[in-house]
Amino acid sequence: MSQFLAALRKDLLLQWRTRSQLVAVFVFGASALLLFSFAIGPNAAALREFAGGFLWLALLLASTLALADSFESEMSQHALEGLLLLPADPRALYYGKAVANLLQLTLLGAALVPVMVVLYDAGTARVPALLGIIVLGAAGLSAPGTLYAAMTAQVRARNTLLPLLLFPLVVPALLGAVKATSLVILGDPMGQLGAWTGLLVAFDVIYWSLCGLVFERVVED
Amino acid sequence: MGKGGWPFAVAGLGLALLVWGSIWGLAFAPREQYMGDVQRIMYVHVPTAWNALLALTFGFGCAVAFLLRGGWRWDARHEAAIEVGVVLGALLCFQGAIWAKPTWGVWWDWDPRLTTTAVMVFAFSGILALRRFVEDPARRAVWSAVATVIAFVDVPIVYFSVNWWNSLHQLQSTPATVSSAFHWPLRINAFGVLFLMSGWIWLRARLAAERLEGELAPPLGGIELAQRQPLGGTS
Amino acid sequence: MPPLAVETTGLSRRYGRRWALSDVSLRVPAGSVVMLAGRNGSGKSTLLRVLATALRPDHGSATVAGHDVRHERDQVRRAVALLGHHSFHYEALTARENLEIAASFLGRPTRSSLLERVGLEARADDPVSSFSAGMRKRLALARVLLQDAAVVLLDEPYGELDPPGFALLDRVIAELRSRAATVIMATHLVDRGRALCDHALLLEEGRLVWSGAAAEMPAEAPGGSARV
Repeated sequence: MSQFLAALRKDLLLQWRTRSQLVAVFVFGASALLLFSFAIGPNAAALREFAGGFLWLALLLASTLALADSFESEMSQHALEGLLLLPADPRALYYGKAVANLLQLTLLGAALVPVMVVLYDAGTARVPALLGIIVLGAAGLSAPGTLYAAMTAQVRARNTLLPLLLFPLVVPALLGAVKATSLVILGDPMGQLGAWTGLLVAFDVIYWSLCGLVFERVVED
Repeated sequence: MGKGGWPFAVAGLGLALLVWGSIWGLAFAPREQYMGDVQRIMYVHVPTAWNALLALTFGFGCAVAFLLRGGWRWDARHEAAIEVGVVLGALLCFQGAIWAKPTWGVWWDWDPRLTTTAVMVFAFSGILALRRFVEDPARRAVWSAVATVIAFVDVPIVYFSVNWWNSLHQLQSTPATVSSAFHWPLRINAFGVLFLMSGWIWLRARLAAERLEGELAPPLGGIELAQRQPLGGTS
Repeated sequence: MPPLAVETTGLSRRYGRRWALSDVSLRVPAGSVVMLAGRNGSGKSTLLRVLATALRPDHGSATVAGHDVRHERDQVRRAVALLGHHSFHYEALTARENLEIAASFLGRPTRSSLLERVGLEARADDPVSSFSAGMRKRLALARVLLQDAAVVLLDEPYGELDPPGFALLDRVIAELRSRAATVIMATHLVDRGRALCDHALLLEEGRLVWSGAAAEMPAEAPGGSARV
């Protein structure tokens, strides 16, 4: 547990030091939201209907940049290996990084919400619910994303491999997050929000456990 | 026939069964009441579906075996199973499109099973790409096995979520039930594809094992050591 | 600490088609200072990394500080500190922060005095990305000292250091010897090694071709192959 806290502290410190990169990733996500709107055109009703989907697509694309960045500093001087040799528990290192990535993706998602509200006229009064969905969805991206980022940071063609591996895998989390977000924005007459949130929670529980278990095989010889 | 010939024999048997079952199903089985001749694609579509899932499940088993027990043979079988599974999955989507166009007028109808198959084809193709980009054989084996375990666990979750997502829009799904008059050609074809696929995986695993042998240094055998004296003696 | 700090039997490790280490059997008594010599590509770094459990052996066995490198990896890691080719630093963080992180994982209080010891106190709060190669080496040395290990593995430690850095390293090795730590140092500086070390091991193409007292180490590998 103390190693997990040490890892989390280390990762938050690293994120704070490289926070200018996060700003760049946010700009990327915001431009994606803008470009997506051109696919629909100035049709207010359609824009509002698909806002949830586009928010999550933008966040998904931005996440590949943020996740890849999170392992950049671990690999350039083999810092991760250095920690493992101290010894450090690989699971603590994984969960520290995954939680730090979760916080970063939640921040990104929350920052993209006002962009979505403005561009798509997709506001909602249910802000806590929306935030909750962003946390759960970000968790779904962060768990497998941290694992695959650790893997692909060690090979060439890493920028292509990470999305290639991650995108098909997170389809259920994406579906759940998109549906839940749309329900919050457009209204939920049949009370389906709980069910979609349940799907997100199930995905998160399964992958946060599984990825932590196998992380060691990915970073050790 | 020597030891090397068995996979060819198995595949050959599979091909023969497939030809028999297909001719029966396509030319001689009774015409389906509501859908007409287009329904005959079920004779290849359903066996392909069963075997695609079987190949990927076998691949998952090989990945777990490799992670728990090691051994290059499991890695070779893993690679073969995934590759065959991807090809069968892609074939499945192609068959689904052929069926959907005359029936619904569109190439893709978001049927939960086909959509799940499409997602898994992408997922496992990504794993095959991962294998291409990792040069060290040991890393390649471990990493792709981990990726297969993670992707396979996702299969039921993807199916469940797509099914649910689809049902809210009340789209028709590809019918799965086939009445008894059609069973025999279906069973023959199912076994046909099974044997063909098994022979194919077997051959492909053999190719993968041969390539691994080429990549790894030959094992050390009785090498004499030019050591003068072990340290820790008198010095 | 058992009488043998390191013992290997038939240790082998491959990289693709090449055996980087080939059937290496050696014994290092506890408390000794050993020079590991050999040309580039002879397997020195690989041997040190296997002993540090950064790499797993493909064949054979190795015991470090009484623990097996394959099955008791964490115990070996607790007893061993490696000064390797990679500095293990976070470039974006300061020297002090890097040391604090290492200390937090070791479960010990950090020792900023170590930064003084290695001559980095003036730059302790500058990001490592601004450091020269020699300064990074000094920080890596501080990290090794923090670990307070029974077996210290040094891979070309004199590389990148300036003359004061050489003197620092000599002092550190003397101090490690005085507290009965075992030191294995891979180096090209044969004369220095002969002066500082008790024993020497000579590797050539992954094999151990000579071992004995450091003072007697030959200038050439037996069999007339090139100078070390």
